[in-house]
Amino acid sequence: MSFSWAKPYEPKHPVMRWLDERLPLPRLVYGAIGGGYPVPRNLNYFWNFGVLAGIFLMIQIITGIVLAMHYYATADGAFNSVNQLIMRDVNAGWLLRYAHMNGASFFFIVVYIHIFRGLYYGSYKAPRELVWMLGLVIYLLMMATAFMGYVLPWGQMSYWGAQVITGFFSAFPVVGEPIRVWLLGGYAPDQAALTRFFSLHYLLPFVIAGVVILHIWSLHIPGSGNPTGVDVKDEKDTLPFHPFYTAKDGWFAGAFLLVYALVTFYVPNYLGHPDNYIPANALATPAHIVPEWYFWPFYAILRSCTFNLFWIDAKLWGVLAMFGSILLLFFLPWLDKSPVRSGNYRPVFKRFFWLLVIDVIILGYVGGAPIVWWRTALGQVAAAYYFLHFLVILPLVSAFETTDPLPNSISESVLSGDAAEPPVAVAG
Amino acid sequence: MATTKASAAVTGETGVDGVRRRDFLNVAAVSFAGVGTVAALVPLVVQMSPSADVLALSTTEVDISKVQPGQGIKTQWRKQPVFVRNLTPKEIQEANAVSLSDLRDPETLAQRTKPGHANWLITLGVCTHLGCVPLGIGEGENKGPYGGYFCPCHGSMYDTAARIRQGPAPKNLAVPEYKFTSPTTVQIG
Repeated sequence: MSFSWAKPYEPKHPVMRWLDERLPLPRLVYGAIGGGYPVPRNLNYFWNFGVLAGIFLMIQIITGIVLAMHYYATADGAFNSVNQLIMRDVNAGWLLRYAHMNGASFFFIVVYIHIFRGLYYGSYKAPRELVWMLGLVIYLLMMATAFMGYVLPWGQMSYWGAQVITGFFSAFPVVGEPIRVWLLGGYAPDQAALTRFFSLHYLLPFVIAGVVILHIWSLHIPGSGNPTGVDVKDEKDTLPFHPFYTAKDGWFAGAFLLVYALVTFYVPNYLGHPDNYIPANALATPAHIVPEWYFWPFYAILRSCTFNLFWIDAKLWGVLAMFGSILLLFFLPWLDKSPVRSGNYRPVFKRFFWLLVIDVIILGYVGGAPIVWWRTALGQVAAAYYFLHFLVILPLVSAFETTDPLPNSISESVLSGDAAEPPVAVAG
Repeated sequence: MATTKASAAVTGETGVDGVRRRDFLNVAAVSFAGVGTVAALVPLVVQMSPSADVLALSTTEVDISKVQPGQGIKTQWRKQPVFVRNLTPKEIQEANAVSLSDLRDPETLAQRTKPGHANWLITLGVCTHLGCVPLGIGEGENKGPYGGYFCPCHGSMYDTAARIRQGPAPKNLAVPEYKFTSPTTVQIG
């Protein structure tokens, strides 16, 4: 698709030729994930997480479709259909449920590594801005899907999660409360909310799959990035996706799925919250209410806004800051103007990148822990730094930083091993 | 003559008024399709709003004869928790002692209760921050530093008139519509 030396599809079997002439689907697959897609030869293991995210999307869709065959989306029956029927009575139901529950967590682990890979290596920069933005759309859809999925078992955390998250909308003046009631189909989460969340939880993964296709399509126009951030120049810089990267992705998927299996089989509830094994009770909120771990950094930003400022009250500030912390990532390609993509050649950027990683981990810790004054203060500092990083530090660094010299080409960096060494003549 | 005029209109030649017949047809057709599409969206949007069976639960009767001063009960109205609290004279005094300028959402206790029933504080048990049920209505629950309610989710604190005093919540606990149908019965909604 992208490079002139990409191998065209040549059907070997007459059936494939017959098919290809009528519907060029084999050609499409060959050019996208087969021998016809040239990929930079210097990808490191961080580049495995895209394929891995696709694998987890498939795991979630397959286990989810099967679980939906046994789940009752009723306020009276949902809790028992999950915790008794599926967990105890349905054959292998416990495995499917635990696989789905932990699959969501691992999907987020993979996607967070994928996102930070993009942040470090400047994958959001031209000509891949749309790849980045479509990725953010996928991430937002994932968050909506995960939230609605967490409501379905109708435990205490499910119920109060639904109450708190739909409560975000009530922060907006005048229209907020009617929107909240409209979203829930009632004044508090109940049957109407549960049924529509189930419907949307089933729908959104397929929407995600659609956006994933756009994400990959827009990636394959310029082709994959690479750890040096240097553009592909000729055939020496690339390898065909199949068999080289299918093999590497395959082995890495095997290794990663082993970790997923260990958690699913040995500590399946480690990443969850015990209160969700208490049936939903509209009259009592759990003492320590937190979302799932993958939302903790954003929850910390929400809770950090404890004061009114200008004419906006603390509650609305919290909601705006939380949504803003994700929405500002859409502007990242224009906030970071440095022509050098890879953090490997940006000594100042690299330090701030790791500070951001630590900052997000602190936000995650604060968001998941009970409120005490010093933790709130820590969260406020960390939340402020998060915005400072993207809105001030990054534009300044990209304007004033002296970057290290880039290698002349991908193949040169692979063969010489170090960009600082003089170029070595490449044989053949 | 007539045929020439008609064919001119069909082929798109400009008429006397500068408007082609085809332009009019295009605008009319697209407008009609647009209005139709919007009309078709209406049922798709309104189906999300509370249904008749949800709205049917809009009143609740509560028997308050057994609630002694200093006690409270938790009941349900429209699937939301409601706090019915019988304030002690000391709690009433504390609420009235606060100056309105110290309040985030200034309201007096008298404005939040019915005349002649100043000891009956009836509010939704829904924190105005993000909708958790605050503690403080049940025996032995944490009432927070202002002696009213304390929300464990994000630390909002309410006083004895259920007014917001500290924490992220923007408003006092909401007072639902209600009336005393007898000295010991309240109808909420």
